[in-house]
Amino acid sequence: MTILENNTVLEKLKDKFGAYIISSEEQYGMLSVTADSAFNIDILKFLWEDKDLEFRFLTDICGIHYPDSPQPFGVIYHLHSFKYNVRLRLKFFLAEDQSISTATVMYASANWMERETYDFFGITFAGHPNLKRILNMDELTVFPMRKQYPLEDPNRVDKKDHYFGR
Amino acid sequence: MQQDTQLTEGIDKDLIVGEPEVEYTTLNLGPTHPATHGIFQNILKMDGEKIISSEQTVGYIHRAFEKIAEHRPFYQITTLTDRLNYCSSPINNMGWHMTVEKLLNIEIPKRVQYMRVVIMELSRIADHIICNSVLGVDTGALTGFLYVFQEREKIYDIFEQICGARLTTNIGRVGGFEREWPEKVFQLIEKFLKEFPKVWKEFEGLLTRNRIFMDRTIGVGGISAERALSYGFTGPNLRATGVDYDVRVMSPYSSYEEFTFDIPVGENGDTYDRFMVLNGEIWESLKIIRQALDKIKQEPAGVYRADAPNVVLPNKKEVYNNMEALIYHFKIVMGEIDAPVGEVYHAVEGGNGELGFYLVSDGGRTPYRLHFRRPCFIYYQAYPEMISGSLLSDAVVTMSSLNVIAGELDA
Repeated sequence: MTILENNTVLEKLKDKFGAYIISSEEQYGMLSVTADSAFNIDILKFLWEDKDLEFRFLTDICGIHYPDSPQPFGVIYHLHSFKYNVRLRLKFFLAEDQSISTATVMYASANWMERETYDFFGITFAGHPNLKRILNMDELTVFPMRKQYPLEDPNRVDKKDHYFGR
Repeated sequence: MQQDTQLTEGIDKDLIVGEPEVEYTTLNLGPTHPATHGIFQNILKMDGEKIISSEQTVGYIHRAFEKIAEHRPFYQITTLTDRLNYCSSPINNMGWHMTVEKLLNIEIPKRVQYMRVVIMELSRIADHIICNSVLGVDTGALTGFLYVFQEREKIYDIFEQICGARLTTNIGRVGGFEREWPEKVFQLIEKFLKEFPKVWKEFEGLLTRNRIFMDRTIGVGGISAERALSYGFTGPNLRATGVDYDVRVMSPYSSYEEFTFDIPVGENGDTYDRFMVLNGEIWESLKIIRQALDKIKQEPAGVYRADAPNVVLPNKKEVYNNMEALIYHFKIVMGEIDAPVGEVYHAVEGGNGELGFYLVSDGGRTPYRLHFRRPCFIYYQAYPEMISGSLLSDAVVTMSSLNVIAGELDA
């Protein structure tokens, strides 16, 4: 089996998408690439089709929230190339009210992963066939994993975070 | 159209006006139904006993683990992982410990790694015992279930000797184990390795070539390898379709690369293949445990945790007599460990697939974000496709062979 280096993956992505690749880093052996959110499906398609990459397994999609950033919401994809046994992390950041294209056109598994991300962060996936809440109750009005929502009921006096050093 | 006119020639036209009446029934399977083994709801659209389509509702036992994890120091998150796949809690615990160790760059002694392998394989056996024996129950064979559950109790006895708990174990700590295993543990494992194969052979003998069982499972709830990959299948369910993806081999952790074992694979991805793959894995797990025990004997005795005083709790005796130990004790209990800023994804082969931990640390005492890649949450969405067109009783069998655990599904 030929070995696929993280550098090769990065170079190929940069060759193809150039300026749309915003940044990249390698932590604990896994390459992490941040790119323009408008091109998420193009990048996923390229990674799938390229004969030397073949990232064809979608391990995971999840969201993240950085409230102080101008693009507070992140969608993070974990991909796995079974052929070369390399994992890759892709990140796309979105402004409030911005949406990202759905990956359900490529992966059946993306359906629930994106619903979960929507359910907890309120990130909308354009073109998703059934974007509604999945784990939380339908009547919930907030997106609970956003950082502005505290874990405990704020009216309780016995469970203030500072008592616990948090 | 041509054929229709031919058929209707010479027949009284009034009799065949319109179409045969079709009436669909809506059936709620779950949320609490004895045949679903957990709290899932499936709203089935049925034509007689045939399933036309189905709609799933999940989230009945959602406990906001990812949110809670953002407010807890690393060592307190282990108890949350217990409650994901509660049929194989120790694997989740070990996976979490390894994720944190990867973040903190802690070197784990070989002996501890082998001890972890023993624990993980024992809990894999316990997990597969449940899945396969319950599949027997759903096809009408209760005897095997009651018989092999005794063996699961013996595995739980081993866990109890190590950590004091049986089901939600919280076993081990970041950096190793909380104490050395008592000699009793090794005796119990040896006893289990001696007695269990005989029992499991009998259980297999009851079902593997059983005509009724085969008729109920072969060709039921099948899925192709291509669809399974698209649906994000991992673990035994993917291997039943013929794809030999196993995290223990592809991205080895805890020294799995040093062990010799085979990956059982199926062919058709149906219920029978899943049953056979799980059976095969139990035999492989036994092989791995045997090798691990032999390896433990060759390592220096008494090593049960890493030499990392800023992460591993010191012994109580030292805490009372030694200033540094006291300081570390306080710092660790309050969660003040020096976590670097960084992101880690670590995956382990759980009982039912690739269990992944995606941890984002901002250097604080709690994770900034923790996401659990829960295998059955991802593959359970293929269930409607797998059961559409089949009978209601097949749907029940398919679900129990998929090894869907409500705790993991809903997090």
